[in-house]
Amino acid sequence: MANSTVREIGNEPKSRKMNLLQAINSGLDIAMATDQRVLCLGEDIGHFGGVFRATSNLQTKYGRDRCFNTPLTEQGIAGFAIGLAAQGSVPVAEIQFADYIFPAFDQIVNEAAKFRYRSGDEFNCGGMTIRTPYGGGIDGGLYHSQSPEAYFCHTPGLKVVIPSNAYQAKGLLLSAIRDPDPVIFFEPKAIYRASVGEVPEGDYEIPLGVAEVVQQGTDITLLGWGAQMAQIIKAAELAVDEGISCEVIDLCSLLPWDRDCVAQSVTKTGRLLISHEAPLTGGYAGEIAASIQQHCFLSLEAPISRVTGLDTPFPLIHEKHYLPDHLKIFESIVATCNY
Amino acid sequence: MKIAPNVTPAKRPPEFQDGSSIRLPSLQILNQDGSVAAGANMPDLPRDQARKIYSDMLYIRLLDERMQNAQRQGRLSFYMTCTGEEASVAGTIAAFGAQDMVMAQYREQLALRYRGFTTAQFMNQLFGNIEDLGKGRMMPVHYGSRELNIMTISSPLATQIPQAAGYAYGQKLKGKDACTLCYFGEGAASEGDFHAGLNMAAVLNCPVVFVVRNNGYAISTPCSEQFATDGIAPRGLGYGIKTIRVDGNDILAVYAASVEARRIAIQEQRPVLIETISYRLGAHSTSDDPSGYRSKDEEQIWRDKDPIQRMKNWMIAQRWWDETSDSDLQQSYRTEILAELKLAEQRDKPPLGDLITDVYKSVPSHLLEQFQALEAHIAKYPDHYSV
Repeated sequence: MANSTVREIGNEPKSRKMNLLQAINSGLDIAMATDQRVLCLGEDIGHFGGVFRATSNLQTKYGRDRCFNTPLTEQGIAGFAIGLAAQGSVPVAEIQFADYIFPAFDQIVNEAAKFRYRSGDEFNCGGMTIRTPYGGGIDGGLYHSQSPEAYFCHTPGLKVVIPSNAYQAKGLLLSAIRDPDPVIFFEPKAIYRASVGEVPEGDYEIPLGVAEVVQQGTDITLLGWGAQMAQIIKAAELAVDEGISCEVIDLCSLLPWDRDCVAQSVTKTGRLLISHEAPLTGGYAGEIAASIQQHCFLSLEAPISRVTGLDTPFPLIHEKHYLPDHLKIFESIVATCNY
Repeated sequence: MKIAPNVTPAKRPPEFQDGSSIRLPSLQILNQDGSVAAGANMPDLPRDQARKIYSDMLYIRLLDERMQNAQRQGRLSFYMTCTGEEASVAGTIAAFGAQDMVMAQYREQLALRYRGFTTAQFMNQLFGNIEDLGKGRMMPVHYGSRELNIMTISSPLATQIPQAAGYAYGQKLKGKDACTLCYFGEGAASEGDFHAGLNMAAVLNCPVVFVVRNNGYAISTPCSEQFATDGIAPRGLGYGIKTIRVDGNDILAVYAASVEARRIAIQEQRPVLIETISYRLGAHSTSDDPSGYRSKDEEQIWRDKDPIQRMKNWMIAQRWWDETSDSDLQQSYRTEILAELKLAEQRDKPPLGDLITDVYKSVPSHLLEQFQALEAHIAKYPDHYSV
């Protein structure tokens, strides 16, 4: 899909090589430049520019009032952002690591997600976006590696978005910030610097809720999001030697998710493999599998496969063994196709 | 940039402090008999506004009595009274402007009344009917009104505290002559959001006035089992917030403190904390029975400090009020409340379509699909699902 559904704003033909972090920074910069109401807040995000530097130079450019450090309190950051959004600002709050989002769980799940519904649309906090780096790959152990997306996908009222490359990161982030509902934007920190691509310097949006077919194929559909896409694409390349043609889909938005796109693909291929870093039990692959078996039951040639992390806390020394890497995905592709 | 606390060399041996040396007095202006305490500074409260405050307190006392009874009669699922604490809310809200946002807990119906929430609006919310602004989604007493700048009440405790700090920061950025008024109880002050919100408000210089209603109990848990300090006010000092404690049953003391609190919030662009000392004379809610955890004697001590009676005594002493006017007003309120109650309970319930709107700004396709399946199911068993 991608380019056909992208809405270009203004005539900015210029693009340059950016990594995922630079794309995020560029997206925030444009959001703040184009809308006075946009604010950035979070721990260490001010002058320092954030521990990953996603907010570099924004305080210098837009002032301390619009880009500021907060005390070290995730529940406070989320609550503060809700209040700002209710007042009419467009806050982009950073939670330094997704592993530390849980003190803010009540504010996100009980407050942000229900703000419009419970008031009968008298009030809303739809202007808010929470950005947070997630996932493994940095030797972060239990508390700098988690993928908590499924918790939030279980909450009506939230939107959940995860980009997999620099181009998507900027376009999806601009959409998330301008979306009228609260959005949790998970950033794959493992590829913050590794993912480099051509990114327009100007303003563009990629619509939320729309998946991207990365590669066409005929034998099996491989579905994932975020950093996991790189593993999936590698596995699809290995499968070529086995004579297996993989269709690869990047979900991009988890809530709401593009069921039609996935169902259409599975109807064609007859097989589905879903891969995520988060643990198996209660993971988002389960939701997708249940939905797809309901809509594509007569087209399925094999059980839907889930290639995920183990049902353990995220390990440190055995991170490599824990992660659902390209080899595990490849083996599962072969097994599913030979079922 | 200051990066370390003040360090003044101390003498040996090591001396530890627990704050008990700090004594926070409680501001009082009116005696229970309506006379003015010796040496007290009277706030400037014109007669008409005093009458409005008094009338609204009286109204809410009667509304609470009537709706508690309606719940006992089975006409209403749930109710919460603010009996005994009327002055803590009336005296604060009266000092603020209509442009100031109110973010309350759930026992501040007086703030709504003061801003002009009508009897019909109270009833429509309590019965969750088709005219309820909240579309019948929340339990009784979860009022809210965009028009009146009163944020819809949420059940989770203390969540409104960091939100109020953020709301006030937004007001400050827009250069508004406005602040945020945030209410909560002394029990809610044990939640993490209290600490997060007060600290953020102080660090980020937010024009917000926090009002903690210290009414002695969080459901059944007395203050002595809630915190080891002398009330909540010392915590304000701990966060660098200008703080005052007032007699919450003394309408003039509450009002005087609130006028000054609003001035500080707006002129100095910083938060303020007011602790009102009062007593929850009623049960926590209609689902609670205080006889299991406190004595009638204890309740009587506070019944004798009734804030409405105290204001009435003062009004009569001022010749601003009399017993005849009082009983006439009570009669007219009772008639109005009963009439609106009957109308509200007869109104239709909100349409089924309201089940899926406002989850998002627009209804997503997966939710529409679920709703269509539900409609088809209901069409098959219409009697079972009629409301």
